[in-house]
Amino acid sequence: MEHPVVPVSTYLKIFAALMVLTALTVAVAFIDWGFFNDVVAMTIAVIKALLVVSVFMHLKYSARLLWLIAGSSVVWFMVMVGLTLTDYRSRDWLLHEGMRPEPWHSVPAEVMQDAAPSGHNGAEAGSTGH
Amino acid sequence: MSDSHPSYLAHQFDDVEQQRQASTMGIWLFLITEVMFFGGLFTGYIVYRGMYPEAWKLGSHELNILLGAINTAVLILSSLTMALSVHAAQLGEQKKLSRNLLATIGLGGVFLVIKAFEYKAKFGHHLVPGEHFHFEGPFSNQVQLFYSFYFTMTGMHAIHMVIGIGILFWLWAQSRKGKFHKDYYNPVEVTGLYWHFVDLVWIFLFPLLYLIGRH
Repeated sequence: MEHPVVPVSTYLKIFAALMVLTALTVAVAFIDWGFFNDVVAMTIAVIKALLVVSVFMHLKYSARLLWLIAGSSVVWFMVMVGLTLTDYRSRDWLLHEGMRPEPWHSVPAEVMQDAAPSGHNGAEAGSTGH
Repeated sequence: MSDSHPSYLAHQFDDVEQQRQASTMGIWLFLITEVMFFGGLFTGYIVYRGMYPEAWKLGSHELNILLGAINTAVLILSSLTMALSVHAAQLGEQKKLSRNLLATIGLGGVFLVIKAFEYKAKFGHHLVPGEHFHFEGPFSNQVQLFYSFYFTMTGMHAIHMVIGIGILFWLWAQSRKGKFHKDYYNPVEVTGLYWHFVDLVWIFLFPLLYLIGRH
């Protein structure tokens, strides 16, 4: 692939968009959308990331092989998070069955009482907003 | 033959374009290992936030949202000056290159100074994990865990910035000697990719650490 010279005006537009999105993500954080606050915050962060990667990091103008390399990092990360969560999240299921096998982390029992995993007390983000 | 093989072209490469592609791919491969490095920290964050959502909110509330937002803007601006550095290098504009590299160094420094003030405040409020940690309120132990993530993630990010600033100083010195021109600017481009990556990490750290349950 040839190395294109991206016009300064393009960089400035991306910079402006990133600043607007930063202000937006702060502003919406103060609105109570419950669980969707996280969805919106992460959506904005991903959009910002795509702007940085595609223009500042020139991926948009680069060889497809680099797209593959960059994209693979997302895949590996998803595998790491996915496999880890299938473990941690399913440990809770055994607790529900009353089949608690071995102590699965080092938090003392008295601490566990006032800070049970979210699956127990339903303390999800924003659930108090009624 | 020696005429077609200038000093900035390493011998293993056929031409400058091949050399450029190799260095760019090299840094991208390094960056995906960095994704996995920070990814491990993000994975831990996800697991424990899932367990202790309330404690994560309480911890996040103690962070200074204004300083966090200003630092986000500073870092994005530094990414712009870094992109303009690469742009100047591509066109062989020596003065602009040096100036934009200095601006990037300066903005990186501003980020670290603001971060240092934030850390100092956390020490003052006894929110640094360890013997002296003290949090008035429920879930004190879990809030301490949140702060372990906060200091590890922002600390590793800050170390990446310090390394980046060091490399930028070297680039600046090289640029003053006129080492970079339109056929050879690989070090500028490669450093730029690294710098933008560090910006990317912060783009995710900012909402995940500062903006939880603010409403």
